[in-house]
Amino acid sequence: MPARLPYAYKYLRAKKKFPHVWCPGCGIGIVMGSIIRAIDSLGWDLDDILMVSGIGCTSRMPVYVDFNTLHTTHGRALAFGTGAKMANPNLKVLAVMGDGDSMAIGGNHIIHASRRNMDITAIIVNNNNYGMTGGQFSPTTPQGAKTSTTPYGMIEPDFDICELTKAAGANYVARGDVYHVIELDGIVKNALSGSGFRVVEALAPCPTNFGRANRQGDAVNMMELLRDNTINIAQAKKLPEEKTEGKIVRGVFVDRDEIGYIERYRKLCDRVSAEVKK
Amino acid sequence: MSGVPWGETKLVQGNEAVALGALASGIDFFAGYPITPSTEVAEILAREMPLIGKKWIQMEDEIASISAIIGGSLAGGRSMTATSGPGFSLMQEGLGYACMTEVPLVLVNVMRGGPSTGLPTQVAQGDVMQARWGAHGDHPAIVLAPSDVKECFNLTIRAFNLAEEFRTPVILMPDEVIGHMREKLTFPKEEEICVTPQSSPDVPLEWYEHYHTSATGVSPMAHFGSGYRFHVTGLTHDTHGFPTRKVDEVISKMNRLKQKITRRLDVLENNKLHDVEESKVVIFCYGSVYRSALAAQQILAKQRKKVGIFRPVTIWPFPDRTVKELLDTKDVIIVPELNQGQIIHEVERLTSDSVRVVPLHRYDGYAITPEQLVAAALEVM
Repeated sequence: MPARLPYAYKYLRAKKKFPHVWCPGCGIGIVMGSIIRAIDSLGWDLDDILMVSGIGCTSRMPVYVDFNTLHTTHGRALAFGTGAKMANPNLKVLAVMGDGDSMAIGGNHIIHASRRNMDITAIIVNNNNYGMTGGQFSPTTPQGAKTSTTPYGMIEPDFDICELTKAAGANYVARGDVYHVIELDGIVKNALSGSGFRVVEALAPCPTNFGRANRQGDAVNMMELLRDNTINIAQAKKLPEEKTEGKIVRGVFVDRDEIGYIERYRKLCDRVSAEVKK
Repeated sequence: MSGVPWGETKLVQGNEAVALGALASGIDFFAGYPITPSTEVAEILAREMPLIGKKWIQMEDEIASISAIIGGSLAGGRSMTATSGPGFSLMQEGLGYACMTEVPLVLVNVMRGGPSTGLPTQVAQGDVMQARWGAHGDHPAIVLAPSDVKECFNLTIRAFNLAEEFRTPVILMPDEVIGHMREKLTFPKEEEICVTPQSSPDVPLEWYEHYHTSATGVSPMAHFGSGYRFHVTGLTHDTHGFPTRKVDEVISKMNRLKQKITRRLDVLENNKLHDVEESKVVIFCYGSVYRSALAAQQILAKQRKKVGIFRPVTIWPFPDRTVKELLDTKDVIIVPELNQGQIIHEVERLTSDSVRVVPLHRYDGYAITPEQLVAAALEVM
């Protein structure tokens, strides 16, 4: 889409911070594109946006975008984001994390951000392994898959990011992938446009590590796997079970309008300060 | 009771005075996790802060708590957390991050017996070296140790001020005795206290450097949402905050982190000295032990024996020059500590072989008594 490129420059630290660190064929840049398109269509002021991340490939994203950007310690993006949001509720806080960052070392924080319904949008790029450190298994590595720390195949069951955050109380939970980009754009935009804790799991290929270890071919082959191995939730509902078996379902799983933490805290302050005045 | 009882005289607990000192400093944001013996700080602020629309949250653990206050501070809130040994260990990650990213915040660590879960309800001074070196890598440390309830109040205000002035975390470290004891405290009038305002840059947006190099090593800090858009990372960074591995930029950052403290030691140094110059025997102590030292000095005076007392209120940075100047000529320095020997190594480092440095350790969960100090002093006299 070269014709659409110029507007993207408004959101990028294009002159200073590129080229980026991501490998050829990596899906994280596509997710960054979805975020930029969503923010552009929402017309947000760049000054109001805080992008916070932890550690890992996905967590390098804040360097490249021209928002307020905060690259923190491993797994803690949501904890830092919680503090920033509470101190300045006008900030639109967007946390970008990988699967290891959000589900392993940051697992405690995402459960509690979901439970609190903290007003943060979490975009989790799931490439099924730790890319930055050279392809070790993560909590979302499928059973049987090979990684540098599961040379004989993964024996642990994997986490379902969407089921986990849905059960823990997040307002919005959806899954997309970087092959179905237009669908992902819509999901990201929805995730950015409401209150409470809002989660997007974006499936993405890691051809350098996960793909190579599991003989999934090059970046194009891995994109085709996303095309063939996933199914939209609406389509899945129409098809008989045997036709959807083994496929990863994409789409919106939860879209609630429960009161978010920031509003709940504001109401508490209003109530108790009124009681004191009496 | 609501807020700070300005000008009133009350019976106040040490931890309570810390909480009230935070309110006096205009705290905007507190995040914490319950832990004995610091819990009263969080409890009092949980009661007081919503009443004035300030933000308070109990996080899921101590790592989250310090992470949250770093985020809060960057977003413009004067921020604090409170914890004790096991939580302090967990907070080293965030503490190192805040040092590296030069984020002002106050961390209260009410010291209890360790290691590990140790003696949760009992006193120790075992975290003195951890407060200096607990986070990995070279990093600055400002640590204040109160010895009474009034100081819990005043040093909390000072901790907030120093955090702003030096753009770095400041650790307030009462031991459990100080945190839990109650004393009469006459609060100052509101206009009597001095609160350093948060800095803000006045340069045009495009000129802003988050880590601008100035004479003091500290530059005005913008906050998220102010219109100055900047990047913050724990990776070694250039003056704009972006990651760098360029040798000159790495060295410049590391030197500035160190020198912003070492070049302004005069601002940070704060010692309480009693008869140090005229005594041949000096007790070097801090925190609750100082109280026993004062009592011991009086008991000894009645026996016509003279001891001096040297107490650093700011324990880090260590008062190297003053210790060398005043103590290197002494016969004996007694260093009583509620640990197996931590600060004593600093005293030994700064004194010649001719000076006898005598330890007095107590690590059974109880305070060092005046009688113990009297006995120790008589033994060396």
